[in-house]
Amino acid sequence: MVKTDVMIEIKDLHVRYGRREVLRGVTLDVYRNEVLGIIGPSQSGKTTLLKVINRTIDSVPGAVVSGTVKVDGEDIRQIKDVYALRRKIGMVAPLPVGLPMTIFDNVAFAPRMAGIRDRRQLEKRVESCLRQAALWDEVKDRLDTLGTKLSGGQQQRLTIARALSHDPEILCLDEFSIAIDPVTTMRIEDVLKELRSRMTIILVTNLVQQARRLADRIAFLFNGQLEEIGSTEVIFSDSPRSRKTYEYVNGVFG
Amino acid sequence: MTLLLVAPLVLIVGYIFYQALPILSLDFIFTNPKDGMRSGGIWSPLLGTCYLVLLSLAISTPIGVLAAVFLNEYAKDNWFTRMVNLAVVNLAGVPSIVHALFGLGAFVLFAGLGKSILAASLTLAIMTLPVIIASTKQALAAVPMAFREACWNVGATRWQTIRHVVLPNSINGILTGLILEVAHAAGETAPIMFTGAVFYKAIQEGDLFAYGPFDQCMALSMHLFTISTQVPGVPHALPFGTAIVLLGTVLMVNALSIIVRTRLRARKKW
Ligand SMILES: Nc1ncnc2c1ncn2[C@@H]1O[C@H](COP(=O)(O)OP(=O)(O)O)[C@@H](O)[C@H]1O
Ligand SMILES: [Mg+2]
Repeated sequence: MVKTDVMIEIKDLHVRYGRREVLRGVTLDVYRNEVLGIIGPSQSGKTTLLKVINRTIDSVPGAVVSGTVKVDGEDIRQIKDVYALRRKIGMVAPLPVGLPMTIFDNVAFAPRMAGIRDRRQLEKRVESCLRQAALWDEVKDRLDTLGTKLSGGQQQRLTIARALSHDPEILCLDEFSIAIDPVTTMRIEDVLKELRSRMTIILVTNLVQQARRLADRIAFLFNGQLEEIGSTEVIFSDSPRSRKTYEYVNGVFG
Repeated sequence: MTLLLVAPLVLIVGYIFYQALPILSLDFIFTNPKDGMRSGGIWSPLLGTCYLVLLSLAISTPIGVLAAVFLNEYAKDNWFTRMVNLAVVNLAGVPSIVHALFGLGAFVLFAGLGKSILAASLTLAIMTLPVIIASTKQALAAVPMAFREACWNVGATRWQTIRHVVLPNSINGILTGLILEVAHAAGETAPIMFTGAVFYKAIQEGDLFAYGPFDQCMALSMHLFTISTQVPGVPHALPFGTAIVLLGTVLMVNALSIIVRTRLRARKKW
């Protein structure tokens, strides 16, 4: 594997909250422009892993991280500008969050904070992100209404539009469908299929079938450790490397 | 039920107003007390109270709000922060006479300000500070954590997040806390008695700048105390008139807070 094909390189990652170790030596690579599915029972450390990648773990009280994580070849523990790192990564949280401002401002927020002031440029950015998130047609006539007043499914697409608004190279989605209806979920899955050619996507999901539909490779995180990582075909075959993987994807436990 | 709650208030205010009626006029507000405070108006104490309240809040508001922002948004949860928080809560409950003695020692004597509007305002500022910190912190904490995380996730700095999301969405609660402290500062007698308020002082009538920061001043709360208990032969209506102006000022400020809050709530965003 050529070095530049690895977008994120995680080596021997340990994370503790206080005295509880929730990631216990995770090593995995995320390739450029792949969709990596991360599955595993709740509490297995999936969200924590994402927070390490964009270093929002910094603001979690009591969290202690060790090991190395490189994004685009750069050790993220050593970088000076953590905000530049975060702008490289789009993050979608499990629960939809419309910021308490207009729909337009929700999407224009990140570009503005990054220093873009030009109205036309912002308008273009907002439209393109809302289109990519499959929300444009529903809201184009009321961009000045509050983002918080949208329905849950719309707010989740607004969250995705916001995650795209700073033009990230990596998109992380954390169980994006737990609070929205199946129809919206399918729409967002279609969105992801569009985006996959242009960016690296990490899809944390509680629905193994969703991972199967979207992911090129799948990592099975169990109890803070990487139980198995492999191509989607292998993980869903009758003979993945680990017995636990087989049982989990076939719903024997979890 | 509402009637049951409002009735006593209306009765009290109505009674005081009724008793004050013979004396109420614009003249009452714009003339100094006269004849050993047995006649005349309340100009000098009214202006004194305005000075004290405005100056004290001008001092305590920026400090209090910044302290609350620091404690709620920046401070790590360690023993020091916990101790500061505990201190804030406890200081908010300290009786005002203790603040008075502290102000006397710290500002009047140690800092050498003497009995002055400045010393009294600083004392009131110390008294209102912990309450402002506590109420502001509460208002900040009411902004959901998810909003902050969403901002951090798109690369906004902590300050950008505070400036564009946290403060605009807690300003309602912050203002409410501040306005309540106006009433608190205007009503207290003890903290100003030893630090800057005098029993009697005549000033230029109608001149809004009649007091300087190092002058002593009269104050409504103390004036009310004086004419109701210390001076014989004060006409009945005079203390009631003073009370109604003090009460009116406080009620007006509270009404203002209600207006501000309803207007902000109409814009409530989540
Ligand atoms: N801020 C936190 N403080 C303490 N413990 C936490 C915190 N966040 C998560 N945890 C714990 O870490 C473990 C892993 O959590 P998480 O990464 O959210 O797992 P998952 O996303 O797979 O459900 C859980 O047991 C959870 O209780
Ligand atoms: Mg999770």
